[in-house]
Parts: sequence; C-alpha cells; structure tokens
Amino acid sequence: MAASPHTVSSRLLTGWVGGCVWYLERRALQESPHTFMHLFRSVSKQWITFQHLTFLRRMYVTQLNRSLNQQVKRKPEPVSSPFLEKTPLGQAKAEICEMRPLPPPSLPLPRKPNEKELLELESASIIDSSLDAEKETKEEKHWKEMKLHLDDLPGILARLSKIKLTALVVSTTSAGFVLAPGPFDWPCFLLTSLGTGLASCAANSINQFFEVPFDSNMNRTKNRPLVRGQISPLLAVTFATCCAVPGVALLTWGVNPLTGALGVFNIFLYTCCYTPLKRISIANTWVGAVVGAVPPVMGWTAATGSLDAGAFLLGGILYSWQFPHFNALSWGLREDYSRGGYCMMSVTHPALCRRVALRHCLALIGLSAAAPALHVTTWTFPVISLPINLYISYLGFRFYRDADRKSSRKLFFCSLWHLPLLLLLMLTCKRPPGASGAGGEPRS
Amino acid sequence: ALLCAAAAEGRAMAALRPARRALLPPLCRAFAGPSYQLASERAAERRDAASGRVSGFCPPRISCHDWIGPPDKHSNLRPIHFYVPENESPLEQKLRKLRQETQEWNQQFWANQNLTFRKEKEEFIHSRLKAKGLELRAGSGQKATLDAEEMADFYKEFLSKNFLKHMYYNRDWYKRNFAITFFMGKVALERVWNKLRPKPKTTST
Repeated sequence: MAASPHTVSSRLLTGWVGGCVWYLERRALQESPHTFMHLFRSVSKQWITFQHLTFLRRMYVTQLNRSLNQQVKRKPEPVSSPFLEKTPLGQAKAEICEMRPLPPPSLPLPRKPNEKELLELESASIIDSSLDAEKETKEEKHWKEMKLHLDDLPGILARLSKIKLTALVVSTTSAGFVLAPGPFDWPCFLLTSLGTGLASCAANSINQFFEVPFDSNMNRTKNRPLVRGQISPLLAVTFATCCAVPGVALLTWGVNPLTGALGVFNIFLYTCCYTPLKRISIANTWVGAVVGAVPPVMGWTAATGSLDAGAFLLGGILYSWQFPHFNALSWGLREDYSRGGYCMMSVTHPALCRRVALRHCLALIGLSAAAPALHVTTWTFPVISLPINLYISYLGFRFYRDADRKSSRKLFFCSLWHLPLLLLLMLTCKRPPGASGAGGEPRS
Repeated sequence: ALLCAAAAEGRAMAALRPARRALLPPLCRAFAGPSYQLASERAAERRDAASGRVSGFCPPRISCHDWIGPPDKHSNLRPIHFYVPENESPLEQKLRKLRQETQEWNQQFWANQNLTFRKEKEEFIHSRLKAKGLELRAGSGQKATLDAEEMADFYKEFLSKNFLKHMYYNRDWYKRNFAITFFMGKVALERVWNKLRPKPKTTST
C-alpha cells in the first residue's frame, strides 16, 4: 500500500517527488531502498555478515568429501536472498564456491585462514541444516550495527529533516517574499529562506522523533532514519534543537521579530499540535492546513514587516490548497490509517472529506479573484488562473460525486501541479509598484 | 556462549550452533538481552509470535554497539540487540533496561494490533461476501475481495473500536520516548564527564 504521508509537510513532499513516485509504482519506492542497500552493502563495512554468509554457504559440503574443497551443492529450491540475487540461482549441480563478486578486495587477508579453521570444524556438518542456515543467514545479514558513520550523517540528517519537503516550504516562503510589495532585498530574502529552512528541518525532525512506531507500520515512512536505527533519538532531538535555535534566531534578529514569532509558532503548531492530534481527532487536517499556510505568510512579513491582507490572502490560498491535496491523498490510505490508529476524515467521515475538498477547490477560485482586490496582483491573474482553478474544482466535484480511488488520484495529481502553477501565475501578475489596477502588464 | 545456544534452542541448528559457540568467545554473553538470559529462558519460550520473536542473532564479538534487525513480520518494528559493556554504569543499565522493556512493550502492542486487524478484516470480508452470496474463493480460484469502498465501513469501525486503546498507547509511548531520550542525554553527559574529569589516583604498589 502506498502509505504516503499524512503530515502536511509530508503531503507537500508527496505533492512533488513522492507523488510522482507513487504514481509510477509503489514497488519502485519500496525496491529502490533495497537496491540502494545492496549497493551500500557491497561497499560498506558489512563484511562481517558477509563472512557469515560465505562460510555458511561453504557448509554445503558433501558427505563424501571430507577434504575442504569448498564445494557447494545447491539445493534445488531457489534460495532467494538479496545477496545471492546477483548470481544465477536454481543451479542444482554443485559448483565451486568462490567469493561472490562483492568486494573481494575489501576482504582482509587475515580472515581467510580463520575461515579454513571454521571449515575444518564444520566438515561434519549435516546438509539438512544448510537450509536453516541459509534462512538464518538471510535474516542475520539484515542485522546492522548501530554505529554512526560520519560520512553517512549528511544523508541521514537530510532524510530526518525531510529536506525535499523543506525545500518546498522554503519555496512557498520565497513566493510570499517576492509577492510582497516593496523593494526586493536580497540579504533579507536569503536570511528568510535560510531561517525558514532551518525551522522546517527542526519541525520535521521532531515529527519523526515522535512517530517512530507509527512510521514503522506504514510503507512509505518505514525507511526513515529513526525507524531504521541509523540515528539515535537523542541525536535527532539535538539536531532539531541545533536547527531550531539558529533558525529562529536568524528570523528574529536577522529579519524581524514578527517572522521569528511566526516561525516558532509554526514549529510548535506542527510538532505539538498537529503531530499528536493526528491520532486524536480529525481536526488535525485543519491544523495541518494552517501549518502549510504559515510559511508564505512568513515570507510576506519578512519583506514588509507586517501582517496585512496580502499575507492572509497568500496564507489562505495555501490553506485551501491543502484540502483537495490531502483529502484526495488520504482516500487511498484508509487501510493504513485505520490500522495505525490515525484519525483522518477519509476513514471516519468520508462524506465530509469529499465535501471539504470540493469546498476548498471552489474557495481557490474566490481567493484568486480576491488577489487583485487586495492589490497583490493585477486583474489578469484571476482571468488566467481561472482555467486551472476550474479544472481542479471539476476534479474536486468528480471526487465528491464518485468517491472512488480513480477520482481521488486524479484530484491528487492535479493538486501537484496546480499549486506551483498558481504561484507562478501570481508572480507573473504581481502588482507593479505604483501601477493602477486595470489589467496591468504582467511583471516578468 | 551458553546463552546463544539457549536462544537457538527451538531451531534445528545443532550442527551450526556448537561450532559458532566455540568460535565466539564468552563475550557473546555481553550482547545478551533479557530474552537470552538463562533466567528468562522460559520467558522466552512463552513468547509466541504475537508478542515477541526470539532471534538467534548474535553480534560479532568485536562490536561494541547495539545491533538492529529487520522489521518483525507481525509488528513491523525492528528489534534491537543491546550491547552490554563490561563497565556499565547504573545509569547505563537503567537506560538499557528501559529501552529493552519499551521494545518488548511496543512489539507486543503492534504485533497484537496488526494481527487483530488482519483477523477482523478477514472476518469482515467473509461475512460481507456471505451476505452477498459469494464464496470466498471464486470459481477461478482467485480470492474474492471487497473493494475499498466496501472496506471503508470496516476501517471506520476498526478505528473507532480501537480509539481508546490508541489513546493509552500514545500517552505511554510519548512518556517512554521522552524518558529514553532524557536518559540517553544523561548517559551521554555522564560519559563526557567521565572522560574529562581527572582520573582517580589508583594506588599502585
């Protein structure tokens, strides 16, 4: 089951990268970590378990042959394990067991004499145990040492902080910044982006810290660093603190206190309200929508220093967008939510789920029309955004009426491209400074 | 070493185990968690699939770290094999015991949860199909299932039925998670402190 995320931030991630993967095939998402793990193993320090595998395979010694000629008699039934996948299976005849084409060079020579000793000890082994041995080996080589390697750390932290989702959040903040009136200030822009990025990393890390057993039980989230034990909870919390403190400090003192306060508020809302609420009440979806709406507001306040109507408009657009996006997504995850104990509208109030999605699709049309009225954009904007807004509303209506997987998927995928396109159109139709409202030229 | 043998008792690994036992020095006992201790051997036996799986895994002797295994097939949680250092301080022991206990508690909850879900789902499908007058297996031999919309009733019912159970679980999980992290912090500070403080003078004759 493509257990895609249910957190707002994760939803946005799904909206982009994750969503595309979900579309391609769930298996792809599941298999790629395995493939990566094979590669990883082949160049990593897992030679200890590799040794187990190798000498256990050598236990296939025939009764006739007391001498240790490393002869392997393979069982007819294919023993499928990721390690052996690379070699052709199903060969019933004995074959010389040679070191598998996984890192022969990395095997330290001193090990070899040891293996010979092992083999001498094992010479009396019974073949029957070989199948059990294979099974156990297969299982054992999945055991990993919980040792943190520094060169893995950046990758692990990137996954912990949901870096791609953070990038999306930062881009909505940037959109808010650019759309705000006033001269464009590069240093402020960069500080805002960086501060928001750090705050988002912190919030995502804490979210993962809270949700380890739940993430383990859902397909999409089961490869997260804390679930896999690649990092300790202490380190996750420390990392979150090390992101939150500089991030908020940067926003408060580098930009303005209002933006800093919004950053803190959003972190709090996401980690302490939304995350626990997911398991308590369906209200989590509305809270999550607010979490998604705050970053562009932060961008606006960073540029202007105040919360004016334009900020709320942008926030409103992001807020409304969350519903068709998430509700459509959650429609396909009902089984996982039910099993995992997540309170989502799609499970408990399916009709409400669809109604809300449709309602907010229509709200997007209204908000787009309000944009020029609030002097955020020119009047060109509602005109050129009408087609895409009508289209998503149409899909929302289909979802409302049909209530099936097909319509939910269509709505979800539409939301993926709808938002960036809408923001792009807004940017091109930004109200030029000092221009009058009547159909001004789009700013390039 | 005996403990590893105890762990593998239930398995037909007689040929394998003694050899490995000979190879892995008694330090292997250092890696033993409660499920391997002789004292709770019987406890390990009464663990059924739902509550815990006794893995025969023994980490290599040169390792000084915990080891984490593949996801359990019932609970989807990854078991951790805790490393017991020789000079484990009381605080470290407390942390390890807390983690071990939490692991078992989590394992039990989720294995039970998932198994219950699976079972009730089967029952629901069965009863619905019967109500529809269909067999569980169609003529072609393919297993008849309900589509997502029909299953929705089940999902809703299951969720509300288990709501209170989840509330208690959530509360306990948050408490445990915080406690573990807090103790990890304390242990880390203790280790740093031990490294930095002046070594106590050992009287040498």
